[in-house]
Amino acid sequence: MMRLLAPFKIAARALRRNKMRSLLTMLGIIIGVGSVIAAVSITTGATKQVEDKVASLGQNIVTVFSGNFSSGGMRGGWGSAPTLTVEDSRAIKNEVDNVVAVSPEVRDRSQILANGQNWNTQVLGESPDYPQIRDWDIVNGAMFTDGDVRALSKVAIIGKTVVDQLFPTDDPVGQTLVVRNIPFKIVGVLESKGFNLFGQDQDDVVIIPYTSHMRRLSKRTFVNSIMVQAADKESIVQVQTDITTLLRDRHKSAEQDFTVRTQLEVMQMATQTSRVMSVLLAAIASVSLLVGGIGIMNIMLVSVTERTREIGIRMAVGARGRDILIQFLIEAVTLSVAGGLVGIALGMVAAKVVAASTGWPTVTPVIWIGIACFSSAGIGIISGFYPAWKASRLDPIEALRYE
Amino acid sequence: MQTRPVIQLTEIHKVYQTGEVEVRAVNGVTLNIMPGEFVAIMGSSGSGKSTLMNMIGCLDRPTSGTYFLDGIDISTLDRNERAVIRNAKIGFVFQGFNLLSRTTALENVEMPMLYNHARITNAEQRARAIKSLELVGLATRSDHKPNQLSGGQQQRVAIARALVNQPSLLLADEPTGNLDSQTSIEIMGVFQKLNEAGITIVMVTHELDVASYCKRMIILRDGKIRTDEWVAKRLNAEFELNKLRAAQQAVKLA
Repeated sequence: MMRLLAPFKIAARALRRNKMRSLLTMLGIIIGVGSVIAAVSITTGATKQVEDKVASLGQNIVTVFSGNFSSGGMRGGWGSAPTLTVEDSRAIKNEVDNVVAVSPEVRDRSQILANGQNWNTQVLGESPDYPQIRDWDIVNGAMFTDGDVRALSKVAIIGKTVVDQLFPTDDPVGQTLVVRNIPFKIVGVLESKGFNLFGQDQDDVVIIPYTSHMRRLSKRTFVNSIMVQAADKESIVQVQTDITTLLRDRHKSAEQDFTVRTQLEVMQMATQTSRVMSVLLAAIASVSLLVGGIGIMNIMLVSVTERTREIGIRMAVGARGRDILIQFLIEAVTLSVAGGLVGIALGMVAAKVVAASTGWPTVTPVIWIGIACFSSAGIGIISGFYPAWKASRLDPIEALRYE
Repeated sequence: MQTRPVIQLTEIHKVYQTGEVEVRAVNGVTLNIMPGEFVAIMGSSGSGKSTLMNMIGCLDRPTSGTYFLDGIDISTLDRNERAVIRNAKIGFVFQGFNLLSRTTALENVEMPMLYNHARITNAEQRARAIKSLELVGLATRSDHKPNQLSGGQQQRVAIARALVNQPSLLLADEPTGNLDSQTSIEIMGVFQKLNEAGITIVMVTHELDVASYCKRMIILRDGKIRTDEWVAKRLNAEFELNKLRAAQQAVKLA
């Protein structure tokens, strides 16, 4: 059969003959698809924002927290108990597969002095892997080295907020920063990362070698946590399991005295809300598309009755039942797909308007455009089938006599 | 070697079952129509002429008997096969014109070609439709819609549509029933011209003067053929039309 275009020609002519009705019928689908696209664009934008925040924590991160400390009924938070050591971190780096970077972390808050100013900030002890793990560039100067870690060097890199507070006009690199009476030489400045998922200013930080922190500042033998970077997304879960096994083996305590969290878990928690929203929207959307489909079926039934005589004429000149069925199906599908396409365009415009007026980022995923196209075509086929089948079963003699 | 009949009906019966009553609409019709004939089938209402017409037009199947159209046995074909036959072999002209409204004359004439078995290019469809409209003298009105055309012009469009697939048979059901007498003669003139060009025409009518333009006249009564004879005093549409015009002229001059 090479007459593929003929039914489209017939359907297009029929729809053109009833422009206003075709438009009103499409409106149901336009509104349905349009609201789906707009809603999806807005929620996807919101999810994307959350994901970006989570990604700002770093790439493929697995974090080991020490257990909680309890004494006489008072319980400290995660990281308060002295259970993780530098040796643990070394073991993770050497014995666990697919680990590309490890940084033992020691946290402290201190008053710092520099340039005749003072400022209270977070002082972190880290390894030179830290910027890589956090996906955080040094914009000025350079990261301290493994040599600095071994030598317990008094060097520091600082975040953007600290620069703004202590060195509003000068270049901080090469200057001295005093923490608890110990002078540290500033060797680098981190690029600005902004606020994290929990609203904390990530740039308000001073980072020194973890050895210097433990031996010179905090005088600790334990680390608060260990940050580990897995080779890729796929190996994160395996790395998490391997670290758990390794540390249980090393610590040999009855109770697990540490916790291993992955970035995926954080991501899942953060995107939970938007997923619930998406499901809700999909439910509302399917209802409105159902209503649109019923509208199409209704109009197609009216159209079949109204055009009984036309069907009779077409059958008399040689249209088979199948030709009539296809003609009405194509009319229904043309209505719904045209409505779907207009709906997609309007939905995207609506999302842009929302984005412009509220400042929320909106993203229209390509897959949803595909879903909208396919489901509107599906609605056309489903709602057009019964009227089309009815038309195809007409008796030409009866249909020709129909007034 | 004799030419084969276009229509060959043998002992055709059509029985309708309406409740308890059995209606024998067509009751044993045997009939041959040869290529190039121009036949009028006449009869009062209830004579079975419409039923016979529907069967000749492959819209309906006989209860019993055989029907060969152009050598093809129609009585065994199903719905869809009959549709293909109608498309290829039969051109219909109806009393009520039956054009698609809000559709131009050209598109109306192109319509049967949309259902052709073989693919026809758009350009060829157009060319054939225009040629068909030229045959009925309406080429200049091809972009008019039915509501912009007179009854006679609409019927010409319908004839053009019936001719576009070059059928073996033109089947006309009371083609002048909705037309005034002068337009009726004009339409009969179109049929006579087409018949002279070799097209076989079968026409159902109940008007004797319309039947007089045909070559052969068959009268049905109670589902049976009562008379089947050549038209003795055949009228010529062109001549009758001139006569009518002269008469009108005389009235105006008087």
